[in-house]
Formats: sequence, C-alpha cells, structure tokens
Amino acid sequence: MIKLKRIFLAAMVAFAPVAANAAVSASATAPTETATPAVSDPAATAVTAPAFEHARPVAGVGQPVSGGVDFQPQVTANGEYAKWLNNAVLLPIITVISLFVLGLMLWIMVRYRAAANPEPSKTTHNTFIEIVWTLVPVLILAGVSVPSIDLLARQYAPPPADAVTIKVTGYQWYWGYEYPDHAIPEMVSRMSDRATAEANGEPFQLAVDNRMVVPVGQTVKLIVRGSDVIHSFAVPALWVKMDAVPGRLNEVTFRAEQEGVYYGQCSELCGVDHGYMPIAVEVVSAARFAQWVASKGGTMPGSAVVATPDTPAPVAAAAAAR
Amino acid sequence: MTSIAATADHHDDHADHKPGFFTRWFMSTNHKDIGTLYLIFAIFAGVVGGALSGLMRLELAQPGIQYLPWLAETLGGAGDVTAGHHMWNVMITAHGLIMVFFMVMPAIIGGFGNWFVPLMIGAPDMAFPRMNNISFWLTFVAFCMLFGSMFVPGGSGNGAGTGWTVYAPLSTSGSVGPAVDMAIFSLHLAGAASILGAINFITTIFNMRAPGMTLHKMPLFVWSVLVTAFLLLLALPVLAAAITMLLTDRNFGTAFYDAAGGGDPVLYQHLFWFFGHPEVYIMILPGFGIVSQIVSTFSKKPIFGYLGMAYAMVSIGVVGFIVWAHHMFTVGMSVDVKMYFTAATMVIAVPTGIKIFSWLATMWGGSLSFKTPMMWALGFIFMFTVGGVTGVVLANGGVDQNLHDTYYVVAHFHYVLSLGAVFALFAGFYYWIPKMSGRMYSELLGQLHFWVFFIGVNVMFFPMHFLGQQGMPRRIPDYTEAYAYWNQIASIGYAIMGVGVVIFFINVFYTLFAGKKAGDNPWGEGATTLEWTLSSPPPFHQFNDLPKID
Repeated sequence: MIKLKRIFLAAMVAFAPVAANAAVSASATAPTETATPAVSDPAATAVTAPAFEHARPVAGVGQPVSGGVDFQPQVTANGEYAKWLNNAVLLPIITVISLFVLGLMLWIMVRYRAAANPEPSKTTHNTFIEIVWTLVPVLILAGVSVPSIDLLARQYAPPPADAVTIKVTGYQWYWGYEYPDHAIPEMVSRMSDRATAEANGEPFQLAVDNRMVVPVGQTVKLIVRGSDVIHSFAVPALWVKMDAVPGRLNEVTFRAEQEGVYYGQCSELCGVDHGYMPIAVEVVSAARFAQWVASKGGTMPGSAVVATPDTPAPVAAAAAAR
Repeated sequence: MTSIAATADHHDDHADHKPGFFTRWFMSTNHKDIGTLYLIFAIFAGVVGGALSGLMRLELAQPGIQYLPWLAETLGGAGDVTAGHHMWNVMITAHGLIMVFFMVMPAIIGGFGNWFVPLMIGAPDMAFPRMNNISFWLTFVAFCMLFGSMFVPGGSGNGAGTGWTVYAPLSTSGSVGPAVDMAIFSLHLAGAASILGAINFITTIFNMRAPGMTLHKMPLFVWSVLVTAFLLLLALPVLAAAITMLLTDRNFGTAFYDAAGGGDPVLYQHLFWFFGHPEVYIMILPGFGIVSQIVSTFSKKPIFGYLGMAYAMVSIGVVGFIVWAHHMFTVGMSVDVKMYFTAATMVIAVPTGIKIFSWLATMWGGSLSFKTPMMWALGFIFMFTVGGVTGVVLANGGVDQNLHDTYYVVAHFHYVLSLGAVFALFAGFYYWIPKMSGRMYSELLGQLHFWVFFIGVNVMFFPMHFLGQQGMPRRIPDYTEAYAYWNQIASIGYAIMGVGVVIFFINVFYTLFAGKKAGDNPWGEGATTLEWTLSSPPPFHQFNDLPKID
C-alpha cells in the first residue's frame, strides 16, 4: 500500500498541473498518510477530488483603503513593532518638531515684525542655546536609534529550521514561486484581468491567478531573485520588501500570525508593466496549507523521502519503498 | 600692470562697454551674462519638466489609463497600451533628469552662483571666464541630447524608460535602442559642465576674495557655493564612471553589471548613489545660502551663529558622502551595513537642525519685513523642516522596508526639493531680480504667487505620505481603486500650483517691461553684502578697483 502511494505521489510530481485537480484530500491532512483504495487510481481521483478553495480578501486588510492615511493593519510581530516605532515614536516626534518650528516662526513673525520692533538687536551669539539645539537633537536621535536598531535585529533574526522556504523569482512581468521543501515546482503568478478580479471580489491590479499560500504562525523564508532585471517583492501588510536582483539570492523572512489575503506590488522599476505584476500572499491554517500543497502536487516535509525536482521520481519512490 | 590710479578712468569708461549681440550672448566671458543665460535656460527647462509632471498628474488623477497611448503616438511612437506604459516610464525619467540637472542645478549654481559669488567677494569675474561659458553651453547641449532621446527607440517604445537613477540591468539589457545611450551622453555632458564649474568656483572663492575678506567674513551664500563645488568635484566623477560602465555594458560587451558575466547590478547602485546622495545636498546647500542672505536682510540682523552655519554646511557635505546606501536599503544588505547606514543617516539631522534654529534665532529680536523674498524664505524654513523630518523617518532602515519605493519617498523628496530648493530659487529670484534687471517686481503679484503656489504644492504632495503608508508604489502609471481618493486631490494640487506658476510668469513679464526702476539697494540697511553697493543692474565690468573689506 505504501509503495503504491509513493509511486502515485511521484507520478503526481511529474504531472503536477493535472495533479492539481487530483488532490489527495482524504489523506493529505497529515504527513503520515492513510492510503485509501481510491488514491491508487489517479484517473478516478482526478475527477472526484475538490480543488483547493481560496479565501476571499477582507476589506481593509492586506490592501489599501480609500482615503486611508496609516500603514495597513499588520499581521506579523515585526510589522507591528515597526508600525509602533513609526506611529508611537517617530510620528509624534516629527509632528512636535514641525509644529514647534512653525509655532516659533509664527510667534517671531508677530512679535518682531517691524511695526512692533523697529530697532533690531545685534545679538549674533549665545553659546548656551547653541549647545542646547545641538545636544537635544542628538539625544532625540539616540533615543530613536534604540528601538530602530532593535527592529533591524529582529528583522534579521535567523529563521528556525522548520521555516517554509519559498523561492521567489521576479520576471518581466510576473512572479514565480517555487516551494523546494514541498516539491512544488515553480508556479507562475500573474495579475488577473479586471473581470476575473471583480468576479472573485478582489481589487483589480492586486489580484493574481496563483497566490503564494503560506501557513499561519510559521516562519516563511523567501529566497528572492530576479531573472532579467531588478524587481522587488513587497507586501505592506507583512512589512516585507526585498529586491529581486539577477545574480543574487536575497533572503527575507516573515511570520504571519493571522489568516487572510495580503496584497503587494512590484517595487522596483522593471519595464513597461512594472505596475502590473502584483503579489498576493494567502495565509492559511496548517491543515489547509497541507491541502494546498497536495493540490499543487507537492508533499509536506517530514514524509520519508520527498521527490524533489532534483530527485528523479522513480528513484525517490524506490528509496521510499526500501 | 600699470597703477590703478592711472587706469581707473580708462576702466570706468569701458566698464559698461558691451560686446556685440552674438559675441555677448554666445561667446560670453562675463559671469553676469552667463548667469542670466543659465537662469533663462533653467526657467525654460523647468517649464518642460513641469509640463511633464502635469501630464503625469493628469494621467494619475483617475484610475485607468486615459492619456498615455495618445501621448506615445503624438511623440512619434505606437499608440497601443504597451507604448503608453513605456511612455509613462519615459516621462518620469525625463521629469527627474530635467528637474535635477537642467532646472535646479543650472539655476541655483549656474544662475545665482555665477551672478553673485564674484559680486559678493568683490571680484571682477570668475577665475576662468571662458571655461564658465563652456560649462553653460555643455549644459545646453546635454539638455538637447536628453530631449532628443525621447524620440528614438529605447525599449518598448521611444525614449529612455529607466527612471532618473538608470539602474542596470533595466538600463543595459532591458533597454534596447539609442535612447538610453543618448541619455547617458546627456549626463556625461552635464556632469562635465558641473565639474568645470566646480573648479571655477573653488578657484575663484579661494583666490579672488577682495583684500580683507577672510574666509570667515565671506557671505554664507558664498560658503554654500564653496561646499557645493567640492561635493560636485568629488561626486560627479563617480557618476561618470558608473554611467560609462553602463555604456560599455550596453555597447562594448563588458559585464560590469551583468551577473552572468561575473558582474553585479548592485555595483551600479553603489556607484550611482555614492554620487546621488551628495547630489541632493548639491541641490539644497546653495538654497541654504540664499535663505541665510534673505533672512538676514529682512530681519535687519546679521545671521545668528555665523561659524555654526558655515561649518554646519561643511559637515552636511562631509557626512553626505558616507550615507549613500540608505537609498539601497532593500537591495539585500547585511544587518551590520544596514544598521550603520541607518545611524549615519540620522546624524545629518543634527547640523540641519542647527541651521533651522539659527535662522529662527536670526529673526529673533530682528525688525522683520515680509516682502516676497522673505515669504519664500519663511516658507522654506517650515517646509524644509517637514521634508527633513520625513527623511529621518526613512533613515530608519527597518521602517524604510515598508516605505521604500512608495509614494512616501516621493513625498519626502518633493518636500525638500519642490518645497525646499524651489522655494529658495523663487526667494533668490525675487531678492535679486531688482539687482539683475534694474527693475522692481510687483509685490502684489509676488505675494499672490507665493500663497497660491504654497497651497498648491502642499495639497499636491502632503497626501503622498498617506499613499505611501497605504502601500502605493512609485513609478506606476495606474493604481488600484483604493488609491484614487488621494491621487485625485494631489492632481488638484498640481492645478493650483500651476496657477501659481502662471502668476509668476505674469510677474516676470511685468517686472521686465513695466517694473519700477530699482536703485542700488532696494532692501535697506539689512542688505549688507557687496552686490548692493553696485548699481542695478551692475556695470558690465565691476570691481576693477577692488573694494577693501574691514
């Protein structure tokens, strides 16, 4: 039974597009699959297994809102910390400084207008005030730098060993997502046209045909590269942005704590359709993630031997059967 | 040289003897005339650059593509959607390059620098008058090159669609056709012109100050041009190297920026921004100098903390050379590098803050008059503060990760440029036009220009902070429906600003053709620099007898 199961899965890897419909939904919920008789017949499964159902986006989450002024709601711990740093530390400081300068200037304009002060003073020095207005900004900046450097340290924290690795490739003008740990070969993600987007209740110019699906509460490690010119993978609600540079593998990690659909757009000028290669990340529960992986013809890591794109399927199956 | 007494009369007779028209305006060796050429050129280029941004705001006013395909066709290309999208990239590129290299720099350095540095130090002209002319005409040809590039193939349509930053590989393998090559040549020429100008200013300021004018007695505008000239001298050669390597990658089979050949696209970014960051200080430092002159004049008080002001500019210039990678925070840099550039960038806020507070302290206890130049200077002080503090926000690399390449960045640099450098330019224009033309501008039109423009640019650029925080990327011709609200408001802001610009031009024509005759010093006791001791306009040749400074 196990041997038949392995051969079946290996065949699915080889025929991934077809296998997408042959989701082994009954057995794909846990790494230790229980084979059912229906599983051994791919043709029958292909007709009866349901495709993975994607979630619909929620207004105001993972996308901009009309008239919005703030950052999008954040669903990662680092994103929340960064948003706090801006909204609770930086923004108040810069607002106070700007209003202070404006207020002082307006007061000076009134108090020292020629009519009110016909004789100008000759003061050109005041060592004390000069020290104050040098030292105070230094102290403010030193204060700001503590959470700021801390934020950077958190953003660069190395991912745990069980992070989900996704290889992201920027192309002119679409994205490719490959899940090497899950034996999902690269799937292409293109902007949906207006009719499709609206039919799905998604914002046009953000909706895509194939979303990047990731599990909630688990670190996702993106290895980002460009294939032709520089692109940039960005999702504001996850506080993620990493340039996709040809000849370079850039790593960025995030851990989404809330399920949902989060959109982003290419963020480095890359040619004519730079504005038309959006990104959609769908964060789902672990169970639904496993379902989705299977629907894409992949396997969850932890299964004994996984047929990866580098491992020929029959070899993997033979190894598993030993 | 014969004695000054013997030649004094002779020189006075000839002090106003001007050459014939062609010689005077096409083969000039007179710093005032060359300054005038630069100002006229910059105004013209500014109209072109501003028209481009008008078309951009027109397209962005509503979601959907409305005008781009038609624009592409009008410029000689195809009229389909792809050509339209390429036209967008061409427009944003041309807008940036024109405003930086052919509007702000020629006006503030070539225009006001040439006109007033020799006058303020009591010199008869620049150290190298003929090289001064070369700089102007190189700049002019450079502009023609750039303008011409818009009409030849450059990728998916006509023109260079790479952004003013011209990143590889989009600008190498990603842009086939002569347009990008022409744009690169344009930058070579403009850069060479600026390097020659920098040599000229440094030599002039170091060697030709009138007797008694030590460096610590120079007007702050001259200090600002001196620091700017050093930045130009040291930064522009790096740009030249960076774009020459683009040229060889594009045409001669090199692989400096091509990973497949052993090169690295990120190398280009390091080289470009090593120039690019000092470049933004090049654009603003002379503006600081202009604001210092105007605030002092209209407060009837010397600048507060002169040495602090001079050396704040020097430290902004020096620190400006070691912060470049904050423009590259998302390129994939190590944590230590990112932390360094975060900290170093924040440091620049300190000398800048010293300047803002010093201007306020200058006004404190002064006797303030609010003529048009002063209004622009006051507007500058407030608006540059706003633009500067959003720069401090962006300096935090961890925060920049969300804001990089969004409209928040567009808002930041337009606040410090369109509401900083441009305000300083208008301030300098109103302050010095009586001296340059011998005629007074209309105070009513000047105030009207200020208020309409001030409201317009704020309505245009403030909402861009919101768009950026909500995630709208830069350099896109269309956007999802949720961004429509603030985009519409920004476009309305452009229209208001446009009305302000029209008022400016009405004032210019009024001044030149109907303005009241201006005396030597229309600004009173607060105007203490040497240009106000000369007639308005000054004689063709001045200071053949050097003034003595006590």
